[in-house]
Amino acid sequence: MEMSGRLMLITAHFVIEKGGTKMNEYLEYLRINASYIWGLTVQHIELVGIAIIIAIIIGVSIGIYLTTNEDLAETVLAAASVLLTIPSIALFGIMIPFFSLINQGIGFVPALVALVLYSQLPIIRNTYSAIKNVNPAVIDAANGIGMKRSQRLVRVEIPNALPVIMAGIRTAVVLNIGIGVIAAFIGAGGLGTLIVQGITRTDMYSIVTGSIVVSLLAIIADMILLFIQKRLTPKGIAN
Amino acid sequence: MISFKHVSKSYTGTEKAVNDVNFEVEKGEIVIFLGPSGCGKTTLLRMVNRLETISEGSVLINGEDIGNLNEIELRRNIGYVIQSNGLFPNMDIEENVTIVPDLLGWDKKKKHNRYKELMQLIGLDPMEYRKRFPNELSGGQQQRIGVIRALAADPPVMLMDEPFGALDPLIREKIQDEFLQIQREVKKTILFVSHDIDEAIKMADKIVLMRDGEIMQYGTPSDILIHPKNEYVSQFIGRDRAIKHLSLRTIAQLQEEIGLVEIDQSIVDSKQVNIHENLKDTLAMLLNQEADQVIVHDDNDEVQGAITIDRVQRYLHLEMRQKPSQTVEKEKVME
Repeated sequence: MEMSGRLMLITAHFVIEKGGTKMNEYLEYLRINASYIWGLTVQHIELVGIAIIIAIIIGVSIGIYLTTNEDLAETVLAAASVLLTIPSIALFGIMIPFFSLINQGIGFVPALVALVLYSQLPIIRNTYSAIKNVNPAVIDAANGIGMKRSQRLVRVEIPNALPVIMAGIRTAVVLNIGIGVIAAFIGAGGLGTLIVQGITRTDMYSIVTGSIVVSLLAIIADMILLFIQKRLTPKGIAN
Repeated sequence: MISFKHVSKSYTGTEKAVNDVNFEVEKGEIVIFLGPSGCGKTTLLRMVNRLETISEGSVLINGEDIGNLNEIELRRNIGYVIQSNGLFPNMDIEENVTIVPDLLGWDKKKKHNRYKELMQLIGLDPMEYRKRFPNELSGGQQQRIGVIRALAADPPVMLMDEPFGALDPLIREKIQDEFLQIQREVKKTILFVSHDIDEAIKMADKIVLMRDGEIMQYGTPSDILIHPKNEYVSQFIGRDRAIKHLSLRTIAQLQEEIGLVEIDQSIVDSKQVNIHENLKDTLAMLLNQEADQVIVHDDNDEVQGAITIDRVQRYLHLEMRQKPSQTVEKEKVME
């Protein structure tokens, strides 16, 4: 936020030279609301971050399991695809009655669950196909030299599948940062709050700020993950 | 050492991929499974480390039915080399070479020493290649790493599935020679799949010639070339079987059998040849230089006499007329 704020200040500076009073107003808005915006950004990162960690644990495990069960794989991948076609606002809506049963109808928990569900398709699909696509000769060699199933998975299949699995995770993160905006509608906070409030109050500054910060967040997250992906990719398969 | 007893393999409903195969492999021999694609040779090979299940019959190693052994243990005690080398792209060369010792729980120092030893065996600098990855090596180098990986834990038995099949002819020949050199030192019992008759003649102690899952003939290369058991075998080895057979014989053997000829002093520009050269290459020399003789010298550079096309022809006729039993006998004496 620090960084993005400064970035906006710099761009703003040029516009001010040309004498836009609107820009002065906007900067004033940012100054007054800086800590509020920062708070919402942190909330957004928390929501998406926790959702992604849970989604990776579930998604990668399911993806790996599916490589051993072809029949189930088709069904699960189809189900995950269907899940992704449900409009996010509808999914959040559907959550409410179910989570009301445990007094969590709106807020953080249903939003988290929705985000975890949305992340499943890219993560499961990429994990499954990455492991399936490891060179059969390499798998044959692993079996032939006497690796156990688990050793083959940990020492051969996962390392070789890692770049593609990470690409799936990146897609999920970017997707979630966007969908996380909708979570504001069910009171889960985050940057969506700025946009929802902006719409109800016809406050352009609020809408613009929310949108820009969400976009920046997505870009930065993707860059960081790409960096991690490159670090994790074994040298021998990095080209 | 390894016995195949009424071994069959059938996939559900279809005909048999391997049909009632019986033979014995002696310790320290290279036995090549030879045949066209789809003849069941690879299936037969992969039954030995149980990558393929055995439908009927049994395979015994040192008298023990492999069906009773733990599959993982069994595989760790059998070297395995495949055509597309199957090196692990995510591991560096040292990790690749020492993967089986690692699975067996050797300590770091022992693994590293073994790595250095093996790299020296194939003439690659252990330190230079240590941290390199398979994709940084040439095809020939990768295949050699594949071979030493299989040797790493010093298994008594090696399975090789067309290990040199993907290499260009020049490199293939070189690696074959290198491998035979290594084999003379390590004396493994090797089962080797090939579809290349020349490779089989060059490398094999015995050849298992297969068609449609059945053994057509089992014998020494010489035996198969001189006495093909049936129409299929003689077709497979080709009309030039006599010439191929020459590659199994050296000038020294010819000398022992029928003697060399006197050097014809009137021919000035004669080529020299070592007495251990094989007769096929010698014949090629005679034909190439269009000379009537090649001068033969032994390892101490002493001239033994000369060899002519007539001489080679006479020896060949003699050989081809021999009885099967005799050939086998001779083969044993030579070894």
